[in-house]
Amino acid sequence: MKTPAIEARGLHKSYGDKRVLDGVDLTVDAGTVTALLGSNGAGKTTTVHILSTLVRPEGGSATVAGCDVVADPGGVRAAIGLTGQFSAVDNLLTGEENLMLMARLRHLGSRSKRRVAELLEQFDLVESGRKPLSTYSGGMRRRLDLAMSLVAPPRVIFLDEPTTGLDPRSRRTMWDIVRSLVSDGTTVLLTTQYLDEADELADRVAVLDGGRIVADGTPDELKRRIPGGHIRLCFADVAALDEAARAFGDAVLDDDGLALSIPTDGSVRTLQAVLDRLGSAGVEVEDLSIHTPDLDDVFMALTGRTDSKDAS
Amino acid sequence: MTTTITYTVGDSITMLRRNLLHIVRYPGLTMFVIGAPVVFLMLFVFVFGGTLGAGLPGVNPEGGRTAYLPYVMPGILAMTIAGTAGGTATTVAMDMTEGITARFRTMAISRAAVLAGHVLGNTVQAVLGVVVVLAVGIAVGFRPNAGLLQWISVGLMVVLIAFAISWLAVAMGMASKSVETASNLPMLLLLLPFLGSGFVPTDTMPSGLRWFAEYQPFTPFVETLRGLLTGEPLGANLPLALGWCAGITLAGYVWAMAIYEKKSVR
Repeated sequence: MKTPAIEARGLHKSYGDKRVLDGVDLTVDAGTVTALLGSNGAGKTTTVHILSTLVRPEGGSATVAGCDVVADPGGVRAAIGLTGQFSAVDNLLTGEENLMLMARLRHLGSRSKRRVAELLEQFDLVESGRKPLSTYSGGMRRRLDLAMSLVAPPRVIFLDEPTTGLDPRSRRTMWDIVRSLVSDGTTVLLTTQYLDEADELADRVAVLDGGRIVADGTPDELKRRIPGGHIRLCFADVAALDEAARAFGDAVLDDDGLALSIPTDGSVRTLQAVLDRLGSAGVEVEDLSIHTPDLDDVFMALTGRTDSKDAS
Repeated sequence: MTTTITYTVGDSITMLRRNLLHIVRYPGLTMFVIGAPVVFLMLFVFVFGGTLGAGLPGVNPEGGRTAYLPYVMPGILAMTIAGTAGGTATTVAMDMTEGITARFRTMAISRAAVLAGHVLGNTVQAVLGVVVVLAVGIAVGFRPNAGLLQWISVGLMVVLIAFAISWLAVAMGMASKSVETASNLPMLLLLLPFLGSGFVPTDTMPSGLRWFAEYQPFTPFVETLRGLLTGEPLGANLPLALGWCAGITLAGYVWAMAIYEKKSVR
């Protein structure tokens, strides 16, 4: 059994009266990608900051790459890279100078120049390398930011909302970069608000809400637990609607007009079954659409519980 | 242990390079920091110099201005060094809000190195300022009476004072709540050469002020520089100045490091 790359037990942290983390447990196996999914203020960034030694936990313990974040922060720092939500670049320098700065701080010595050239190439920043950062786009900045974390390849990399605010193309590029990192054996912990991002990249997803991990599993496991997937049927008149509603026992009437929602796991077989049943009932359908679970559904399903607990 | 020290020194030099690059890229602040004391030198020599010089003990009122230039020169030099503190504090406060500083904290680099980069950068800037101001002084007729040994001592003294003031300035920058207020605290430093022997002899001041003037660090700083430049005896001023330098450096270092450790990203 290998030691996990990241292991956190019962992390607590408050800022003033506000309890940000309320017992976070997290295990990330070496060489895997785990996505920490949560809305704004769920405690994603605080968790990453504790694990990257920027913030000291008030309770609980955590090890990263086998080093305790409180007792041996130096050991953790030597093994990690962090690319934050707010770009950790020196805005007064050029891209190349930023990378050189990192190479020197990682004590690469005479290999610095070659490594910087490699990274500029790999992250498509050769042309803009000598230009000041004020001329960089959001995507270029984010790429430079990540490149700076990789000057000396870290064993564990933290990506705090790596694609927030990026256009779709830059987002894809970022995903490709993360995938290539993983294929090189790096352990990745990324935070995101987007379920599709977690779906694309992560081996495991941990849903953080109100300072706790409320769900943890593979993206598929998680999606199966979310009842948000449904087929929506629209009808021309009330008669058709009623008839269809009788045919599907588990259907839910939509509030806004002549529509039915039928829960589904999103498979073709279920869709086929729905169509068959509509056919045998002889009901005319105006419009059919399939809704797959999205982040809204995750939160309704997984975090709604906390809300109702608070209310009672 | 040795590697730790080697890394600290290496990292500090890397950080110094970064700060020097900032100065080269954005020379505006440096220009101002060096330009202001030049303006003050002109003001004090050509506007106030005639009258102030005439009041110096043992000076023929006719030659007031000529006598005042060598008197005020060390005061202006001390002011040049004190003046860099405001810029440093602002730069440091700004840097602390930058993401790059958070990145430094997550890297296995000496924590002292990040701050040392600012301190060394400012020391270089202050020494540069002193050289420029001294050159302007010589251009308008200042004729120092110093031998090689004295010049070397002046150089070392300027570096030590600048180093001490820089640590204090870095701590002040760290301590300020916002970038906007960062330059407030160091303003007090700029007053100190005036409230000492920088511009007029302290024995003309009322007793309370005189007491303060005689016991604050800038008086031995100014007196040591004056003694070295004009060839007058230094007396107790040299050890006093060195003591203050050591004390201020230590206090600034401890203060700055304590805040750096405590402050985490929001």
